[in-house]
Amino acid sequence: MSDSEKLRTFIIDDTEYTTRYTGKYERRTSYTPPNPKHVLAFIPGVIQEVHVTPGQKVRWGDSLLVLEAMKMKNDVTADIDGTIKSVSVKKGDRVMKKQLLIEYE
Amino acid sequence: MSLASQMMEFFRRKSKAVGGGGEKAIQKQVAMGKLTARDRITSLLDDASFHEYDLFVEHKCSDFNMDKKQLAADGVITGTGKISGFPICVYAQDFTVAGGSLGLMHARKITKIMDHAMKLGLPLIGINDSGGARIQEGVNSLAGYGEIFYRNTQASGVIPQISVILGPCAGGAVYSPALTDFVFVVENISKMFITGPEVIKTVLGEEISMEDLGGARVHTEISGNAHFYARSEQECFEQIKKLVTFIPWNNRKRPDSFPPKPPRPEFDPENIIPVNPRQPYDVRDLIRSICDDSDFFEIQEHWAANIVIGFARLNGETVGVVGNQPLVLAGVLDVDSSDKAARFIRFCDAFNIPLITLVDLPGYLPGVDQEHAGVIRHGAKILYAYSEASVPKVTVILRKAYGGGYIAMCSRHLGADFVFAWPSAEIAVMGPEGAANIIFRQEIATADDPDAVRQAKVQEYTEKFANPYIAAANGHVDAVIGPQETREFLIHAIEISRDKNDVRPQKKHGIPPF
Repeated sequence: MSDSEKLRTFIIDDTEYTTRYTGKYERRTSYTPPNPKHVLAFIPGVIQEVHVTPGQKVRWGDSLLVLEAMKMKNDVTADIDGTIKSVSVKKGDRVMKKQLLIEYE
Repeated sequence: MSLASQMMEFFRRKSKAVGGGGEKAIQKQVAMGKLTARDRITSLLDDASFHEYDLFVEHKCSDFNMDKKQLAADGVITGTGKISGFPICVYAQDFTVAGGSLGLMHARKITKIMDHAMKLGLPLIGINDSGGARIQEGVNSLAGYGEIFYRNTQASGVIPQISVILGPCAGGAVYSPALTDFVFVVENISKMFITGPEVIKTVLGEEISMEDLGGARVHTEISGNAHFYARSEQECFEQIKKLVTFIPWNNRKRPDSFPPKPPRPEFDPENIIPVNPRQPYDVRDLIRSICDDSDFFEIQEHWAANIVIGFARLNGETVGVVGNQPLVLAGVLDVDSSDKAARFIRFCDAFNIPLITLVDLPGYLPGVDQEHAGVIRHGAKILYAYSEASVPKVTVILRKAYGGGYIAMCSRHLGADFVFAWPSAEIAVMGPEGAANIIFRQEIATADDPDAVRQAKVQEYTEKFANPYIAAANGHVDAVIGPQETREFLIHAIEISRDKNDVRPQKKHGIPPF
């Protein structure tokens, strides 16, 4: 079925094995460490309000935007003191989970 | 009233109830490529063996004009019968009657046949084809589901429970199949999910088709919720008929014995495994080279294919086989394969089916995704299941048995009764390459020719440790045996373990790493 019939190389403990991959192994994503300068959507939903503009200084706890999901309005607040570099969404945008919303300088 | 007229009245009532949702609804069901609930039961069971009960049960709902609606058999057919002479209890939801919706009396018919199955010690087969809760009945419908789940749980490990998904099975309804032992799905017909595509679209804005969300393929390949995949209802029924030959009626019995048959000559255990330990082979061929008639009945073939589980017979007796699959991901253990094997081991242990474990794995799968997905607690399930199992446990180490994987795959240390190893077995903490790189790191790094030194050290380690004899010298392996002797050794081990008595500490139940 979805498992590729093709034989591939697979390394464990410095040993190379010839084997097939599973669909899940093929679909795996490589890990990237979280970037503290990025504010990502923690849940898919719709942007209801945007409270900041590029260049604006914010303090820890200031409201950045409101993300509505599962009928809840979530206040997304700043988790650092900093300056907004860019805002990638506007009111009414539908966002996916982990989508970039705001970037700090 | 004469008997003749009483019989007339009886036939009138019966033919109406047996007619389900009526001609039009039946035509619609057939147009969807589905059999009717009644036809499903007759296709699955031996001819004329089905005995129906509760045909005249009616719902008691009076809200929303429901008192004016009569629902034939309240949308579910229940009864007892036989499959190849093997007695079973069965229910089949009738989608032609109010969409197979589940109301309180519908649920009570199901719980009644479940109670029968428990008292009589018979397997239960549930055919699911239902739009979900009967909304007009409100909380009573939810009560019905809850009563079914409760009984599924009480029956777990007492009688085999089989769920057949032949239509929609959505929302809370999915949890009955999820609590049962084997779930059968059919291409284009089965649909299982907690929340459907419409809710997902409104709440999350994600668009997906019903098939891609919870179709038969999804549950056999991705979620692992289903155990058997068929292209047609008939093929699905054939799979069920075969499954019941391998399992006992209940946990107080053993599976039926069949006349012993030798493996077919085209499967020769000596010619399956490549000499190079890094080359793959299909462990199912090895199973076929050992078991009766080379007939291996695989479970969850398409999910977590790096481990293989299923039933086979040795000298006519059912055994549960767990084997690492070097053909897929070199046979590593990971989150999914640990879940898959652990559940199967517990089924075999609950139903007095001896376990045969075939070992050839490089260890657990490394990776951030695995660690974050909880490979520690998932991997622990396989250790728990093997250690807990008190049925006869026989292990054959074919080739690699490295590190934690060696321990997990029913080693002597987890209570295997017999551990055999082929001369090709390599029982070690890790493979020679990895081990040499660690042990001789300094020597390799400071050598004039690091590659040559590494090669020499790998060679040294291989000669010293990549064999079964150190484990055998310590008694961790009971016997080193050749491929051709394997079947005979296994048959003997199972035969003499028949009255195995493994006393365990008194407890209410353990706390497995769910």
